[in-house]
Amino acid sequence: MSDPAPTPSPAAPAPFPAAGNISDTDREDLRRHGILMTSMEELYNWGRSNSIWPLQFGLACCAIEMIAAATARFDIARFGAEIFRPSPRQADLMIVSGTVTKKMAPLVVRLWNQMPEPKYCIAMGACAISGGPFKQGYNVLKGIDRFIPVDIYIPGCPPRPEALLNGLVQLQKKIKAEKLTGPDAARHTRPEAPSEFPIPVYGAHDLEPTKNPAVWSPPSPPSA
Amino acid sequence: MDTVEQIRDRLLARFPAARVELVTNPGTAAEHSLLLDPAHAHDLALFLRDDPALQLDYCSNVTGIDWPDKDITDVTKTTIPDPAGGPPKVVEQKTVRHQPGFLEAVYHLYSIALKQGPVIIRLRTANRTDGVALPSLTPIWRSCDFQEREIFDLFGIIFERHPDLRRLLMWDEFKDHPMRKDYVEPDDYEWEPTAHAAVLEKAKAHAAVSVASLPGSGPAPAPAKSAEAKP
Repeated sequence: MSDPAPTPSPAAPAPFPAAGNISDTDREDLRRHGILMTSMEELYNWGRSNSIWPLQFGLACCAIEMIAAATARFDIARFGAEIFRPSPRQADLMIVSGTVTKKMAPLVVRLWNQMPEPKYCIAMGACAISGGPFKQGYNVLKGIDRFIPVDIYIPGCPPRPEALLNGLVQLQKKIKAEKLTGPDAARHTRPEAPSEFPIPVYGAHDLEPTKNPAVWSPPSPPSA
Repeated sequence: MDTVEQIRDRLLARFPAARVELVTNPGTAAEHSLLLDPAHAHDLALFLRDDPALQLDYCSNVTGIDWPDKDITDVTKTTIPDPAGGPPKVVEQKTVRHQPGFLEAVYHLYSIALKQGPVIIRLRTANRTDGVALPSLTPIWRSCDFQEREIFDLFGIIFERHPDLRRLLMWDEFKDHPMRKDYVEPDDYEWEPTAHAAVLEKAKAHAAVSVASLPGSGPAPAPAKSAEAKP
């Protein structure tokens, strides 16, 4: 809310979400006089971004770092995300913390489908992003983004708790910038945008399908 | 503690019908092992556990090994003295013999009571296709349970009389045995920015199936549809 606006000119409308026709300097001026001007959208996003409840589950060693981020030393409560919910029905954020084996992948997708909108996903660590050191194996999913949309990728093996907090702050920025109306409105406000994704089934040799083409398609190698 | 040879001799004296062979380890560790006859393995293992001099009451580890079919070349050297008095001629004769493949389970046994071990025993299947059954030793050492299930999962050895023989790591619908040497893994491997030669080969094989789009192996790739998929 207190982001300094980059040299606003009085003539041009400021790009701040709540601004409307009033510039940020004018808003700051009013705030010093005890008048708070805001918009429903800004208030809504401010409230949501400072109260992100993660889903309480861990998959591998990254989960240890996630647990450390919740302890007193790193204290994820400073960012309002300390309430790890054991039920997906009450969670806003899925932190995919660790290696997603192919045996576990359908269950992770099912948990994602059970979370209510608006929901966000953080892929924490190399394994959740791409399979990491196990990418060349047969039994590890090569990135959770093959089945569900991921908002924030946190590299590392494992990422330190500070990196997870940084990812959380990035997610908060993303939430604060979301629009509730208009053509570029946030995904969860659009009824046609999918909230649930197909759950892969266990096949004789691999998951079927091995990826969701609506969510992910393989990167092309650079041309020679 | 008895040496492996002494244990073998005692086993053979107690079970004359059984077949027990010594498998030597040529390495510096020299941990020799006993190859047990699967038909008598249960009785032999029970003897190893209950014999008062051995009391091998703890199975610490069970491992599977896949031995595929292979041709072994034996080289025999014969020295023919030169009748003219020169240096003798060495003639090498190579014979190729075919060794049919089999699967193997290796058990490491210790005695907690007598603080001794390990004694290593091996069981071998008849072949790698239809004769893959071995007697389970879980009724004798409870700690073999999960490890035999893992071997069943990854190698495909069927342990008879196992109390709960299900796949341990892979899902039940899975048909392959990934730790076998001839396992073909699913082709879900895309390009990856790495200089690792084996990885590049794998990626090329994948690209040959989908599109010939790797550097140096085909025309220019299609424009990256998902270049922004991973910010």
